[in-house]
Parts: sequence; C-alpha cells; structure tokens
Amino acid sequence: MNTTTRWRKKLLSKASLRALISIIVFLVLWELGSRSKQWLGFSLPWIGQVPAPTAVLNVWEGLLGNLGYWQSWLFSLGRVVGGFLAAMVIGIPLGLLMAVNKRFHDIVFPSFEVLRPIPPLAWVPASIIFWPTTELSIAFVIFLGAFFTVVINVVSGARSIDVRYFQSAQSMGSSQWDIFRRIVLPATMPSIVVGSAVGMGITWEVVVAAEMISGGGAAGSEGGGLGFFIWNSYIGGAYEQIVVGMISIGIAGYACSTAIRSLGGFFTPWLKKR
Amino acid sequence: MNSVLQGSGNTRQIATQGAIRIEEVVKIYDPDGAAVMAVDHCSLDIPAGEICMIVGPSGCGKTTLLNAIAGFHSITSGKIFLDGKLLCGPGKPQADPGSDRIVVFQNGALFPWKTNIDNVAFGPLMQGKMGKKEIYEKARSMMADAGLSGTEQNYPGEVSSGLRRRVEIVRALMNDPKVLLFDEPYRALDSLTKSVMHEALLEIYYKNKVTIFFITHDLEEAIFLGHRMVIMTTRPCRPKKILAVDIPHPRDYSVLTSPRFRELMDETVELVHEEAKKSFAAGEKEG
Repeated sequence: MNTTTRWRKKLLSKASLRALISIIVFLVLWELGSRSKQWLGFSLPWIGQVPAPTAVLNVWEGLLGNLGYWQSWLFSLGRVVGGFLAAMVIGIPLGLLMAVNKRFHDIVFPSFEVLRPIPPLAWVPASIIFWPTTELSIAFVIFLGAFFTVVINVVSGARSIDVRYFQSAQSMGSSQWDIFRRIVLPATMPSIVVGSAVGMGITWEVVVAAEMISGGGAAGSEGGGLGFFIWNSYIGGAYEQIVVGMISIGIAGYACSTAIRSLGGFFTPWLKKR
Repeated sequence: MNSVLQGSGNTRQIATQGAIRIEEVVKIYDPDGAAVMAVDHCSLDIPAGEICMIVGPSGCGKTTLLNAIAGFHSITSGKIFLDGKLLCGPGKPQADPGSDRIVVFQNGALFPWKTNIDNVAFGPLMQGKMGKKEIYEKARSMMADAGLSGTEQNYPGEVSSGLRRRVEIVRALMNDPKVLLFDEPYRALDSLTKSVMHEALLEIYYKNKVTIFFITHDLEEAIFLGHRMVIMTTRPCRPKKILAVDIPHPRDYSVLTSPRFRELMDETVELVHEEAKKSFAAGEKEG
C-alpha cells in the first residue's frame, strides 16, 4: 500500500469521521451557548459570556497576519523545546546512572525525592530572583517540570529490567559496557518514551503559567509567549483573543505530543508491531 | 521431521565434551537468618551428550542447582565440575557464567528489542570469534534448519510462543555450548504445541552434540526426551531416584503410545506424586 492510499484510507475511516462529528457538535453547542441571549432571551450562566466560535474565528483570522501572535508561538515553543531538551539531556543520563550504580543512587535519590514533589510553579519566584534573566528563569521552571518526570521514569524503567536478560547476556560473553549499551539502554527505552511524553505535557502547563507570572520575558508585551498572550488579552479585555490563545496552546501541545509519540515509536520499533 | 529423526544415529557417543559432575552440593539461602536449605548434599554425574531430565515439583530447589551450574548463584558447599574442570567449589562459591553453558529460561529471555536474527547472532557477536558476515550466515542457516526461515526480521513479540522457544534454542546453540540448561522452557505452552516442541528439540539435539540438563515437572516430557530421569526430593532438593529411560533414540511421538513408555510412567508417577504432595503441604512457591 503506498502512502497516498494509506492516508486516504485513514482520513475516510470511521474513526476520522467520528472525530469530525465530535468537533462539529462541540462547536455547534458552543455557538448556541454563546448566543443563548439571542434565541433564549437570557444568557446561560458562564457559557453565555464566552465569545462564540464564529467571533473567535473572526479575531483569529485577523491575528494570522499579526507578527506578535506568531512570535508568541515561537517564544513558547522555543522555551518548551529548550527546557524539555535540557531535561532529557540531563535527566536520562542521571536516571541511568542512578539505576546502574547503587552507591550513586543511595547518595542522590533522597535529595531528589525531597525536591521532586515541589510543583514547578512553586519554583517560579525563586527562579525569577536567582536567574539573571527572565528568559532563563522561565526555561529553568520548564526544565524542572519535565526533569523529575523523565528521571523517575528512567530510574524505575531501568531498575525493573528482567534479571534473565542480564544473565543471558553475561552467559553469552557480554562485557559490562555491552550490557549497558545492548541491554540496559534498549530495555529502558520504553520508559524513556513514556517519561518524555508525560514530561512534554507538563512543560506546556508550566510554560503558560511561568509566562503569565513573569510578564512575558525579554520580548515584553509584543510576543511574550502564548501564556503571556492570554494574560495580556485578559488585561486588555480582548476576550476573543483569550480563547484564541487557549486553542493555540491546545494545538501546540497536541503537535508536540504527536511528535514525541512518533519519535518514541521510531526508537521502540518492537513495541509498535505487537 | 521424521526423515531427520530416522536419518541420524545415536549421537550420544559422539559428544566428547559437556560432562557435568555435581558433588555433595549444598545450598542454604540466608544462612544467618531463616537458613532455608534448598539443595542438600546433592551428587549427580551427567556424561557428555546425555539428556538428563531433572524431575520435581515446582519449588523443590532444582532451579537452584541450574543457577549454580550456570554461574548465576553461589553454592554453600560442594563442588561442580565441567569436563573435570572445577566450575565452583571451596574458595570459589560461584561459577563464572560462560558461553559453554547456556540457559534456556522458563518464560524465555529473548531480547524483545532485537529481531530474531539479531537475537540469534548476539552471542557470537559478543564473543567476537567470527566476522559479522559469517555470524549472520550461520544464524540464517541454523534458523532455516530449525524451521524458522521467514521469521528472521520479526521481533520475538511478533511470532508465536512456540517459535520463540525455538529461536531461543537456536540462539543458545549459536554459542557452541557444551551444555544446554533448560529451566522448564515449555511450561507455559499448551500440550499440543509442547509435543511439537519436543520433537523439534530432539531433532536439534540429534544434529548438535550437547549435554542437556533439563528441568521439568512434567513426567511425560521427562520420559519422552530423556536418556535418564532424576527424580528429586522436594526442598531440600536431592536425587530420590535415578532411572534410565531405555527407549532407544531417535524417538518420535509414537513413543508415547508404546508399552515401555506406559510402564515407565507407572513406575515414576507415584514417586513424583509423593514429592508433589510434600511440596504442596509446605506451601512452597517456585524459588
């Protein structure tokens, strides 16, 4: 089957159809709710105050040519990717080291476990005070959001490797390095993927809040990130823009998760075909 | 399958390596605390090239013995030799694991992240005895011999559990082991698949000169496969009775209906049942 027919099949499948129906029904209900004053004579609570999707779409169309809006995308995305990558680069080796070296684990793990339950947002004030630039402090908070999740997944994944794999590898003449590279690493890969996916979700929660609190970072009011975009719209009373910002974050988060999932599938090909 | 079985003679005399000698082996777990005796002064001589079936209920301590031979666990006292060379004994409680003794595990230990052929090639690649190309050629031909052609590029998770076991045996044989240690490898298989696996194992055995140390709790399996069967007492584990299975090799599944097979079953079932009752009463789990 070639790629085009596979895509056509996928797009015309029952699941896609249901997804489409789901979104359309959601939008229609929302539109009806927002316009409840027009057809009911009174506003429904909460939803009656929310801008209607048509109005949001209208504003959104205007924003498509706005540099600041796209800059917000870029800033948030950049922060998420940067903080997330840092969490991976530091978190994966640290987790593996903790898993394979008991002494290192015993020394590091207790402190790690004290710091881990602190919500990333609780780090925001300290982060702003102690990092020289706002940009760094936002990146740091995002890093923390993903870091602990990645580490804890790597540690538990690597520690739960079936002992028989080590025994077989040893019998067949593997060196310590071989065992690390050919057993520990691939056996931990599924946990790394899960940790990354969960960590990625947390970074989007964190970036928005961090931007709201810190005031958007270096770029100021123009394009300070999607979180700041929402906050700024709220201050300015541009309610449609708030919704645009929210949906934008939804789309960005979804895109990131999809990217992680397919990257994860690439690194764990043996799981895909089950 | 039958043609191969009939075509090969008695390979038992051909094997010159792989004789195991177990001398007065004792294993006590947690000697300073609960002090559970798993193996009690167990002695056993297995000549090179024999299929020796170790029969006992789950948790009787037979896996402990296997782990000691493989070098995965230490022994408390006694000695184990391979071809006259000390594997473990006084001053060296734990044998070094080595490619001369390969374990085929209970639930299989193929690396799920490697394709079947990469699994099969793993041992020789690690040992660096041959070039990569030669290794893969050998792997391909051995897989073909075992009826595994076409599954080379599959992951273990993509093929049936019966095929997986076969891949694992081929992976073990690629190391040119002197001894294959089987830890109830067919336990999880249904009886029909099992019967196919038994014939396949014998077929592989007739082509390769190895000693087989095979743990099982399945009497039928023990009689069908073994040259000898060693019935173990339950914790602590020690040979209770050693029986020669005097049905000539090569065997195929028609053996199961032979009168001698029935006789051997009748002789042993009572012995094994006794131990199983003891084990059940002790409430032991597989250890």
